[in-house]
Amino acid sequence: MSFAWAKQYEPKSAFTKWVDEKLPVPRLVYNAVGAGYPVPRNLNYMWNFGVLAGFCLVLQIVTGVVLAMHYAANTEVAFGTVEHIMRNVNYGWMMRYAHANGASFFFIVIYLHIFRGLFYSSYKAPREMIWLLGVVIFLLLMATAFMGYVLPWGQMSFWGAKVITGLFGAIPFIGEPLQIWLVGGYAPDNAALNRFFSLHFLLPFVTAGVVILHIWALHIPGSSNPTGVEVKKESDTVPFHPYYTAKDGFGLGIFLILFTFMVFFLPNTLGHPDNYVEANPLSTPALIVPEWYFYPFYAILRAFTGDLTIPFTGIVLIEAKLLGVIAMFGSILVWFFLPWLDKSPVRSGHYRPLFNKFFWLGLMPCMGALFYLGGAKPEEPYIVLSQIFTAYYFLHFLVILPIISQIEVPKPLPFSITEAVLGSDDKPGSSTGGGTHPKPKDAVKDLPGRDPDGSLQPAE
Amino acid sequence: MTIRLASIIVGLALTAVLVLWSLAPGLLNFALPEDPPYYAYQEENIQPAGGFVFEGPLGTWDEQQLQRGYQVYKEVCSACHSLKYVAFRNLEQLGYNEAEVRAEAANWNVPGIDPLTGEATTRPATPTDYFPSPYPNDVAARAANNNAIPPDLSLMTKARKDGTHYVYSLLLGYNEPDPEDVAKSPDFETPAGLYFNEYFYNINIAMPPQLYPDLITYSDGTEATPEQMAEDVTAFLTWTAEPSLVERKQTGWFVIGFLFFATILAFLSYKQVWAGLKPKKT
Ligand code: HEC
Ligand code: HEM
Repeated sequence: MSFAWAKQYEPKSAFTKWVDEKLPVPRLVYNAVGAGYPVPRNLNYMWNFGVLAGFCLVLQIVTGVVLAMHYAANTEVAFGTVEHIMRNVNYGWMMRYAHANGASFFFIVIYLHIFRGLFYSSYKAPREMIWLLGVVIFLLLMATAFMGYVLPWGQMSFWGAKVITGLFGAIPFIGEPLQIWLVGGYAPDNAALNRFFSLHFLLPFVTAGVVILHIWALHIPGSSNPTGVEVKKESDTVPFHPYYTAKDGFGLGIFLILFTFMVFFLPNTLGHPDNYVEANPLSTPALIVPEWYFYPFYAILRAFTGDLTIPFTGIVLIEAKLLGVIAMFGSILVWFFLPWLDKSPVRSGHYRPLFNKFFWLGLMPCMGALFYLGGAKPEEPYIVLSQIFTAYYFLHFLVILPIISQIEVPKPLPFSITEAVLGSDDKPGSSTGGGTHPKPKDAVKDLPGRDPDGSLQPAE
Repeated sequence: MTIRLASIIVGLALTAVLVLWSLAPGLLNFALPEDPPYYAYQEENIQPAGGFVFEGPLGTWDEQQLQRGYQVYKEVCSACHSLKYVAFRNLEQLGYNEAEVRAEAANWNVPGIDPLTGEATTRPATPTDYFPSPYPNDVAARAANNNAIPPDLSLMTKARKDGTHYVYSLLLGYNEPDPEDVAKSPDFETPAGLYFNEYFYNINIAMPPQLYPDLITYSDGTEATPEQMAEDVTAFLTWTAEPSLVERKQTGWFVIGFLFFATILAFLSYKQVWAGLKPKKT
């Protein structure tokens, strides 16, 4: 599918014609990320992060496959093989630091990508499926990163794995047998390390599959944009190539400069020194924390300190630990419901005064605080603070968002993307440089399927 | 509509559970962490005047210093600490040539097998061997060190926060306890067999003070003050933890220089490609 004015792939040489008939992969690429994909002309830099996330996935797979050639998943030697990579394998240190910092940068990119989606309400119709698949990708990413961190079999690897797999023990009745079955024993050991390696190798490829679905789903309605007004006509869009390939190329350059700076000059800053000590089940580290990118969820997990009891009877309904586990998983699962919780017809936060306030003064500081609190020592005032911000987190998504989307009076929207960019619309010559055939009939005003904001769905 | 009502109910219920069963009891017993009743260790590390030569984006190894540091390790620390991830052949990086490394390795004994009887014995090391442990096993290590195991030092400067400065501080940290702080912490004591060291997380460490003036005679004639030896051995241990440190930073300059160039080009082509579109409204 695409907009009616999307450029068509035309194979030129006999060879490309032959390929196009047998297996039209070049056509697929042309329509997916080439000139055949019309994209709103007004995307800002927040729209760079999808392509960057894709780059991170490729980066992780390439470095990861090289590491796997030299790594051995056995508790006796795992730590040593990682040191072997760092010392004896040619440029092994570079591969390992790129993979470890690559995980961190992947999360930075994904968080920005997700918060872009939250601010511009990209999760709304017609893009619900893109969003749902995105949340699936995020869950896969978290699982992959968690298992990857266990592989070097350092102190934090072991104790992190022990704490997180221990969470399954909180499930009533089946918890303990389930945990033993998942971990392959009472505590993580060789069995656990082996299955984690197997899954850590597998999941990125599963993720790649879901990313393809994610992009497929994206190409049905096309990209959203900072006004949230849907594309109406050709002058609203430019072809992805060369316009956004050029912009994404520049974004990739900035990303790579920051990334390589960390890899080559501060490679261990985002990691934990304890993980350079080999795992020792007999010696508990002073403070067990996951990697920084899990901090918000770890803060939510630890916020529940009291069992849910029937007052004055002492009967425990739900243990604190289980409450924490439910809340931690729930904090991501609520994202699955967002498209239906936020009913405002307006997408972009720029035109939603109330939403805008709650986003910048509520959700963002709350996330910042949870990021800090997840890594803090489990003592006051951090515990009380993480309880307050955990409460706000859930109130924001489950209570505030549904209510403001009901009562808010949005600001007037621009008529079209072209008007938002040029200040006026429908003037001669307002067509884009990319639109090579500016015909008056390129407007699709008469099609059915009008959105509440007056925009249109593209023809399928 | 139903879903939003349900969501509001779930959200309020969850918050109520959190606030009433976790937050409220927590607030009732709210207590800020008190100053620990025991003598707290010093988290701010010291460093040699002017810092280490390999620090900073431009720092490089000083081979003379690494060789001196190796001498300190060999003559002092190796009595208790192993370096199990470092092979003798790696010493070539310190500026020794192949023959010197071969000769140096032969000064060390590693576990071996008697070729005639097959019994366990020791043999002189070869360049491909790794530095041996001074103790046959952990039990022996504990027995000789007041029940503490001297950890392997290969990765020490990466295995502690601010590791390089930490190791330097620790080696020079056997000071007298501050009488004022002692007065404030009634529980403070240094049990027999342990030594007060204000940089160790536990304040009392099982490692005796190591560095005394002129403990060793440097082969290059440098005066062996404790500060000098601490700086040298710390530099050596930073190298054992990360032999690729300098190569890494040099590669980094090259890579980032190239990326700057490429990014400027990318920026220019981005501007060029978009130049054909009408400018944004002012
Ligand atoms: C007499 C044996 C002995 C010698 C010689 C010795 N150490 Fe130690 N070292 C120990 C013991 C024992 C420990 C463990 C201390 C503890 O856990 O309380 C230790 C611990 C350490 C630690 C780790 C502290 C921590 O944070 O866990 C470092 C670093 C260290 N030694 C460096 C050195 C250096 C450098 C030298 C040589 C200058 C040296 N040691 C010489 C016995 C020794
Ligand atoms: C491996 C991980 C991911 C990759 C490779 C990826 C890739 C992409 C790409 C290339 C785009 C189009 C460009 C853009 O809009 O930035 C996109 C759009 C989108 N992504 Fe992702 N994504 C990933 C993860 C996620 C996650 C975790 C979420 C949300 C939880 C998400 C939500 C969205 C949404 C809603 C859009 C449409 C946005 C719009 O056009 O306005 N994505 N993704």
